Parts: sequence; C-alpha cells; structure tokens
Amino acid sequence: MTSIPKPKRTWKQITVRWIIAVAVATLYLWVFTSIDVKWERVFSERTIDNLDRVIPQMLSPDFGAFGKVMEKMMETLFIAYTGTLMASILAVPIAFLAASNMVKNRVLRSIGSGILSGIRTFPELLLALIFVAAVGPNPFAGVLAIAINSIGMLGKLYAEAIEAIEMNVVEAMSANGANKTQTLFYGIIPQIIPQFLSYAIYRFEIDVRASTILGIIGAGGIGTLITIAVANRNWSEIGMILLVIIVVVVLIDYLSAAIRKRIV
Amino acid sequence: MPKTVSVPHAEPFSGSIVSGREKKRITLIFGVVFGLYLWTSVETESTVTDLIAGLPHIWNMVGQLFPPNWDYVSQVWPKLLETIQMAVIATTIAAILCIPFCLLAARNVTSIPWIHHPAKLFLNALRTIPDLILAVVFVGIFGIGVFSGILALIIFSFGILTKLISETIESIDPQPLEAIRASGGNAFQIIAYAVVPQVLPQFCSFSLYVFEINVRASVVLGFVGAGGIGLLLQQQIAFLRYPNVMTLILIIFFVVLAIEYISGKIRERLV
Repeated sequence: MTSIPKPKRTWKQITVRWIIAVAVATLYLWVFTSIDVKWERVFSERTIDNLDRVIPQMLSPDFGAFGKVMEKMMETLFIAYTGTLMASILAVPIAFLAASNMVKNRVLRSIGSGILSGIRTFPELLLALIFVAAVGPNPFAGVLAIAINSIGMLGKLYAEAIEAIEMNVVEAMSANGANKTQTLFYGIIPQIIPQFLSYAIYRFEIDVRASTILGIIGAGGIGTLITIAVANRNWSEIGMILLVIIVVVVLIDYLSAAIRKRIV
Repeated sequence: MPKTVSVPHAEPFSGSIVSGREKKRITLIFGVVFGLYLWTSVETESTVTDLIAGLPHIWNMVGQLFPPNWDYVSQVWPKLLETIQMAVIATTIAAILCIPFCLLAARNVTSIPWIHHPAKLFLNALRTIPDLILAVVFVGIFGIGVFSGILALIIFSFGILTKLISETIESIDPQPLEAIRASGGNAFQIIAYAVVPQVLPQFCSFSLYVFEINVRASVVLGFVGAGGIGLLLQQQIAFLRYPNVMTLILIIFFVVLAIEYISGKIRERLV
C-alpha cells in the first residue's frame, strides 16, 4: 500500500515555515530561561509544610462561618446587580452611536466604537483600584468598576444586535411618514429588546464572577473575607468561601441560562 | 363559494399593538427589576445621590492622572516582560495539560457516561473560581513571586481551554471516527487520525485566545504579589504617584491592544 502523496511545497512556503518555527523556538527559549522563579523558595520546607496543612484544611470547610460568608456573598450579588443594571442602561446610547446602520457619520461612529474597545481593554480590577483610590474602600467603588467595565462588552454586543435588525421595517415606517421617534419606538426597539435583555443577563453572570474578587483590593464583597482569611492562615474558612462561590456562581449561571432561553 | 373570509381571532383594534395582559406582565417585570435595583443600590451605597456626591472625587482623581510621567517608562519594561512571560508559560502548560481532559469530557470520544459527566462537572466547578482567588491561595502556599502567578494562570486557563476544546471535539464530523472504528482502529488511532486533524486549527486558535486572556489576567495578579506589572501599579497607587500610574495604564493599554491585534491576525489565518 502506498501512502498518500504529499502536496509539493514551494521554496517560499518552506522558508516561511522555517522562519516561524525558529521565531517560536526563540520565544520559548527566551521565556523559559529568563523567567525569574525562585525555585529554592518554592521547594523549601515551608512550602511542603504549608501544603500538608493547607490542602486538608481547605477540603474540610468551616461551616460555622456560613452566615458571615453568605452575608458577604449577598453584598457581592448586590454589587453585580447594581453595576450590571447601570451598565445595561448606559450602554444603550453608546451602542446606537457605534452601530453602522444608525449613525452614518464615520467620525461619530469611530468615537462610539473607540470608547467601547478602549473600555474593554482594561481589567475591571484596575478600574476598581482607581475608584478605591478616588471614593474610598467601599462597595460603591466596586459598583463603579463593574458598571464601567460592563459598558464595554454590552455596548459592543448591543451595537451588533442593532446592526442585525431588519431595516425594511424601519424604511417602511419612514416611507409611511413616521418621524424619527416613531421609527425608534415602533420599528427598532421591539426588534432589539429580547437581545438586549439576554445580553444584560449574560453580563450579570460574568459580573457576579468578577465582583467576587473586587474585595481583594478593598472594593467590597466576598473578596474582603478572602484577604483576611489568607492573612490569618485560616484555610478552612477559605474552603468555605470557595464552596459558597462555586455553588452560588453555578446557580446563577443556571438561572440566567434558563431565563435567557425563555427570552430569545 | 361564500365570498366572506372568516378571520380567526378577529378582535377590534384597541389602538395599541400590545395586549393588556402583556402590558401588565411587562410592568410587573419592570417593577421587580427596578425594585431590586433600589434595594441593591441602597445596600451598596451607590444610589444616584451617592454617585453625584462621589463625582468630584472621581474627577479629581482623573485630573491627577494627567499628564503621564514618560520618564517612568524605562522602569516598566522588566515587569511588563515578566507579565508576558507568565502568560506564555501558563498558556503553553495549560494547552498541553488540557488535551487528555478534553478527550475525557467530550461525549463522542469518551462514550461512557459515568466518565464524561463527572469530568464536565469537575471542569465547570473549576471554572467558577476566579484567577485572583487562585493567586491569593497559591501566594499563601508558595510565597510571593511569579511561580504562584503562573500556577494560578495555568489552572484558570486550563478550565477555559478544556471547555472550548471539548465542545469543538463534540461538534466534529462523526463519520471518520466511525470509519476507523469500523475498520478495527483502537481508541488511540481514532484520536490520532480522526479527532486531531479536525480540531487542530481550533486548538491553536483557542490557545492564542486564552493567551490574550492570560495577558490581561496576569496584569492584575501582581496586586496580590503573584508577579507581573500589577505590583508596580499597586505600589505607585499606594505612594500616590498618579502620573506614573497613568504611564502604566497607557503601556498596559497599548500592549494588550497590540497582542490582541497580532493574535487576532494569526487566528484569522488559522481557521
């Protein structure tokens, strides 16, 4: 049996492949030789000691702390809800600005999409850090960070939903003599509302995850407990916190998926 | 033939497109959503009045960020490179580690339900733990440094990659699999000749995508002492050197943008 003949490659393709291979190999060589890992500390006796203590304690969660953990988890959910709702409303005008079938002016449109992609580049934790410095360490800073960060993604998804609408309806309405407000309320909004709601609920899911870590830098929520528990080396409480996060996040994901299925 | 056509559900036009029942339902949902908002915004102290009261502080802070201090740039490079190195190492290791788990969690490769269901459940639970919490725990165990950050990133990206790739595997064309199975190929031959060729481009594309996510995630790991540029950010904010903070923000912004652009171009060519 003969094997399948391989397609002949030109010299150009072969050189390009070699250049890519050499570049990747150099990248890996550089990365793995110059990374600054302190191996002597990673494999010290203290680490082995830690591992012996940490893993069993984390696997036996401290159920006595349930009340305290749940209280902070509720605060986390509050932060996510307020932030997502603020963002889902604020993202609407920017999304209309960035949608190519709504705004014909190219400069205005690139301002809209520029704002959105600019926001999306920043990690929400970086925003939270800035807001903690501005308004102090409280849930308000967390809400602001979540709200602004969510505008980036929601605005982009909204703009795509607006671009996908049936423009025939809008044209028919304006041909019938409807003014701008009327086409907006009867032609555009009914078409986009289900998607907008679905995206907002999806973003709430993401924001619940995001707001669990805000407390680590002082912006409220369950993360506050994590920093305290790690500082006190209270590993069984961390086990409890992780358990609560996993269960609540899975529940929220499930609920949100069920609601979204009914909407769209 | 009768000339009249009977119209089903002929209701007199009431002047509104939306029916009364629908209106009540929408009002109720709106009321619940808005009520929850009022409650949560009072609990988190972020009502509109709080926002107005906080605005001067925020503007003040934003004003202090400008102009950025360009002299600081030279001190940023080592930590920036460290951030990228962490992302490269973590993505590579996670991409290799995820291969067996993807196959275990894929319904069409692992046909035994009591293996792929628990595998999926485990991966779903793993994905709910945020990267920063992993980093905090690893810093607690292994001490401050890049090693803890890399471990956190490996586990975090492992969760994302296994989900994306096992879903890709589940959506491949089943005919080559059946053909090899029918002609007597074993599990490894099925994977090597039917699964791998079909998912390899997606595998590379998703790995690059996770690399992008990892670069962004490793920016913040430094906040908890797990290496990378976040450490500098936290220091400069703690010392109130806001022009330096702005320099860092701008550098992060452009590096992340550049990496996303390059990886996007490569992914376009792959798939």
